[in-house]
Amino acid sequence: MSRTQLTASQLLDQLHRGEVTAEAVADDFLRAIGDRNTLLQAFLHVDEDDILQQARQVDTRRRRSEPLGPLAGLPVAIKDVICTKGQPTTAGSKILANFRPPYDAHVVERLRAADAILLGKTNCDEFAMGSSNENSAYGPARNPWDPSRIPGGSSGGSAVAVAACLAPLALGTDTGGSVRQPAALCGIVGLKPSYGRVSRYGVLAYGSSLDQVGPMSHDVRDCALLLEAIAGHDPRDATCVDHPVPRYAQRLDEPFASLTIGLPREFFAEGLSSEVEQAVRAAVEVYRGHGATIREVSLPHSKYALATYYLVATAEASSNLARYDGAHFGHRSTDHRGLIDMYCKSRGQGFGAEVKRRVMLGTYALSSGYRDAYYLKALKVRRLIRDDFDRAFAECDVLLGPTSPTVAFSLGERVSDPLAMYLADIYTISGNLAGLCGISIPCGFSASGLPIGLQLLAAPLEEEKLLRVARLYERATDWHLRRPSLPS
Amino acid sequence: MNTQKYHIVVGLEVHVQLLTRTKLFCGCGTVFGAAPNSQTCPVCLGLPGSLPVMNRRAFELGLRAALALNCSIARFTKWDRKNYYYPDLPKNYQISQYDLPLGSEGWLEINTSQGIKRIGIIRCHLEEDAGKMLHDERGTGRDSLVDLNRTGTPLLEIVSKPELSSPEEARLYLEEMRLLMRELGVSDCEMQEGSLRCDANVNIRIPQAEGGGVLATPIVEIKNLNSFRFLEQAVRYEAQRQYEQWQKDPGYLLGKVSKATAGWDEASGRTVFQRRKEEAADYRYFPDPDLIPVIVDDAWLERIRGELGELPSAMRKRLGTQYGLSEYDVGVLMSLGRQTVAYFEETARVCQDAKAAVNWITNQVQATLKDRGGDLAELPLSAQRLGELIAKQKELGLNKQTAQAVYDKMLHEDLEVAAAIEALQIRVVTDTNAVVELVRAAIAANPKAVADYKKGKTAAANVLKGAVMRQTKGSVRADVVEAVLKEELERG
Ligand SMILES: [Zn+2]
Repeated sequence: MSRTQLTASQLLDQLHRGEVTAEAVADDFLRAIGDRNTLLQAFLHVDEDDILQQARQVDTRRRRSEPLGPLAGLPVAIKDVICTKGQPTTAGSKILANFRPPYDAHVVERLRAADAILLGKTNCDEFAMGSSNENSAYGPARNPWDPSRIPGGSSGGSAVAVAACLAPLALGTDTGGSVRQPAALCGIVGLKPSYGRVSRYGVLAYGSSLDQVGPMSHDVRDCALLLEAIAGHDPRDATCVDHPVPRYAQRLDEPFASLTIGLPREFFAEGLSSEVEQAVRAAVEVYRGHGATIREVSLPHSKYALATYYLVATAEASSNLARYDGAHFGHRSTDHRGLIDMYCKSRGQGFGAEVKRRVMLGTYALSSGYRDAYYLKALKVRRLIRDDFDRAFAECDVLLGPTSPTVAFSLGERVSDPLAMYLADIYTISGNLAGLCGISIPCGFSASGLPIGLQLLAAPLEEEKLLRVARLYERATDWHLRRPSLPS
Repeated sequence: MNTQKYHIVVGLEVHVQLLTRTKLFCGCGTVFGAAPNSQTCPVCLGLPGSLPVMNRRAFELGLRAALALNCSIARFTKWDRKNYYYPDLPKNYQISQYDLPLGSEGWLEINTSQGIKRIGIIRCHLEEDAGKMLHDERGTGRDSLVDLNRTGTPLLEIVSKPELSSPEEARLYLEEMRLLMRELGVSDCEMQEGSLRCDANVNIRIPQAEGGGVLATPIVEIKNLNSFRFLEQAVRYEAQRQYEQWQKDPGYLLGKVSKATAGWDEASGRTVFQRRKEEAADYRYFPDPDLIPVIVDDAWLERIRGELGELPSAMRKRLGTQYGLSEYDVGVLMSLGRQTVAYFEETARVCQDAKAAVNWITNQVQATLKDRGGDLAELPLSAQRLGELIAKQKELGLNKQTAQAVYDKMLHEDLEVAAAIEALQIRVVTDTNAVVELVRAAIAANPKAVADYKKGKTAAANVLKGAVMRQTKGSVRADVVEAVLKEELERG
């Protein structure tokens, strides 16, 4: 087994014991990226010199027996909507093709403080808007289990990086399922933290009241490790909660005295592929076999979740993306006449079709005469969706269902049908609207050999419980050990 | 019968820049006049990924102002985004308070020639300031520049009801607002530096002949009036302009012609039409998801209320009744600031003569401050000592020049009044026999003045009095000299 196929925990052990240097580890992953990134397009930017330099510094400090952070020497890939000082941060958009932020996002600072190696920036749907990675201005990342298929989105590049063993860990962002859905489609673990658990400072905003940075990894332990490194209070984000961060990884294997798992009726409805349903129902039996109580619950307002999401997220996006106007940074058209024309041309040239669609939708939803009927109504429904979950969590520890209604579809299959594309997030979206934490873990494969993801949801700030429930299943199964076979 | 051709209706929108060390949503400084774009960071530059965090101090200054303006305070407020595109606003939205302003339904009292008038306040809310555009004014079509130092500076917008009914009232309102905000430490209100800005909404009501009711002209908003004088001039000019326009065009009426904005051209002394607001701009307001709502609880509100101190309107009334000062004296004292009022009160307490205290403070003390620079706190002459000087002056009947000399001595050598008098070797002659001698000598030396006096020119006595005073270098009490002189002249 190649070193790149190891989990982050295994690599950390080797690094810690001095069996391998950080430089050698970085070199292995850089080699893997060199071999496979042309096909998979997981990474948009990889600064080899910078990476090796970071690794050598960790090695030097380890040789001198200086204290090192918990992720010392471990490469982590960063979604390209997260600011990295002096390194390109394009958000998968042409409008930021030449943008290099003068500062690090909070999560990046935390990774540097943990002595992780920042391993380049990963491909994503433009401004995190999409479910297939096909909205990247730099071409789609491809699913390592079948490169003719999409990896999911919007954090597709991060999912592919981990799944294809180009990085042991990655950060994604999840606004409506953008960590969990690509994790499911690529056969890895992806966690969306509760809203406010992780600082959004330095994360290019899409839907500010929904966005969260989340860890992506081969298994639950790695996921817990990375979450521990990035979670916690940051006074620069007013929505970030000041709540202690548990040692998630330490308590993973603690048994449950009792465990009640809720199955939302609405998550097993029309549109769910039978292969996915079978795999998820089989997972339910695994839990039942470990003594969990299984209970059917109802989330009656979840049928409005998709509509609510596409009003709230796009309304916020229409305002968040207003700053990309060519005046202060980013792409500016060269042939404009006057200010308004500069705005129109810069944005017209810089943004892709889906971003334009969502900005228009959100602008409309906030416009005078429509605001009450759309945006404000959506806020009310959002409250009802949250109430549904509150009731469900009053009687269940976690909720269980599929992450995505289908396995990875083919590139181009849904490009011309945005509504069909939006359905890819139907099970993940309500978790963002309600501010919950959620995780997707591998739970099987389709007949065609494509991964299937199991979604678990828990109440806000219940990440510790969520991870333990996920780990319980993982211990009993071996889906998480599979790696795609790729031409090297 | 009302003979006025029209009545002026004015409402003011005032923006005051809050006296915070840092901006409203980031840690950048707010010093005026720094090098362009030197007081900026990712947050106020609106860089991708940056997030705002509320400056609690700014909110508290807003609360302080709202309380002083007698507003009801919103116990739950939030921040909203006002969306519009302009290069001085790098995010292309302004963070403001839309439907839940922190204060609403208050008032400010102004002192008009007809007495105290209460002007209603519709609302006051906080918002972030925009940057400054530096347009190329040579007309060469070169790029415009933008300075973002001011971007994100906290502003309090205060909107009055249209209850000001003359150019003078508009000016008085703005002056009173400035005084209040300065007294409260909410703003330094430097109009030249833009920390106090004012837009005036003006129209007129034209009474019609019997049974014809009242006609109103369309509202014109005069933007960015940056002095009290310009405000007064602009309102006066605009009202008359509207009247003349209505005379030419009877269809120039509110409801028929939409609201317009205008600027004030100080060179020509005219308002200059800018644009008509055919439709209200759609700012697509919505709650800023990056900021959390602000809950104002009782404890917080009480603490801010406790910080307010005495408000100018209450102080004005008290100074009038407690010290029997004229409205003019109260006005002069208060215009010198709260510190001076406190200095006055201490002086008056010590000397028990408020009128004399006001005169000393507004004349000698102000002149001293002007010469030396600095403020009262740095003056070596305390209010206690000034009070003692005034009391001594009365007690000894010192004339103005002598008292001034004592004052200068006290000030320059940091002396008590007694020590200063001692040092100046001022001997006050209270022995009447000695005065009689002096007066008799003066009478003997000035036969012409005595003759004039006897012919009925009583003013001639002043010549004799002056001679005595000169001879004694002012060390005798003038009233004693006068009395003795009268007696001696009558006798002779
Ligand atoms: Zn700043």
